[in-house]
Amino acid sequence: MPLTILRVQKEPFDSAVETAPLLAGRSDIGALVSFTGLCRDEGGALSALEIEHYPGMAEEEIGRVVDEAYTRWPLEGVLVIHRCGIIAPGEPIVLVATACRHRTEAFAAAEFLMDYLKTRAPFWKKQHGEVKQKDATSGDWVAAKVQDDAAAEKWRG
Amino acid sequence: MRALYFAWVRERVGLAEEEIVPPADVKTVTDLVAWLKARGENYEAAFANEKTIRAALDRNHVKPDALIATAKEIAFFPPMTGG
Repeated sequence: MPLTILRVQKEPFDSAVETAPLLAGRSDIGALVSFTGLCRDEGGALSALEIEHYPGMAEEEIGRVVDEAYTRWPLEGVLVIHRCGIIAPGEPIVLVATACRHRTEAFAAAEFLMDYLKTRAPFWKKQHGEVKQKDATSGDWVAAKVQDDAAAEKWRG
Repeated sequence: MRALYFAWVRERVGLAEEEIVPPADVKTVTDLVAWLKARGENYEAAFANEKTIRAALDRNHVKPDALIATAKEIAFFPPMTGG
């Protein structure tokens, strides 16, 4: 039976620890692909990233994206962890892992999951600058990228 | 129904959520946006560029022409930038 792990959390995570359950007790899995998205410091200009999400819908939407991945590839396990709240440069933001008999499907499914998560899951990033800002409305919201929509579009038909 | 606002839509409206009671002739998401914009400058500012705002009805993405019908919750937000 495939194992699915989906979580939205404030705390940082360790990808090796988190992906271990996908392989526990399994000898039929030939490929584990994991992707970790990290917070860049943008050349020192960024002091923190603030991630807002839509509680409830974020988890549901990740679930819908994962369900779609299962219909496309013969996956033996999927893990998606996305953080919310304040994230410091160097910390992980998102972890996607796919387990499969063969690597081709595992790589494709991981890329599909990231492309769809970026354009469908209700999360928004706000960049906070070098100077500590106390005002809740300070900071700049990251604008959605056209390339992200194009990346998600390529999985259609 | 409950209206939720996220990211800069929330900041411009000045509220994270509120209970709204739109009149019966407000049938689609587009109608609701027009009705909200008429409620004040903060809504006007939030929805100034309607094309950049996404909506979800009961936690499902919808297009502007979607019927509100019996939805309990509508959310407005900018395009997603997670991942």
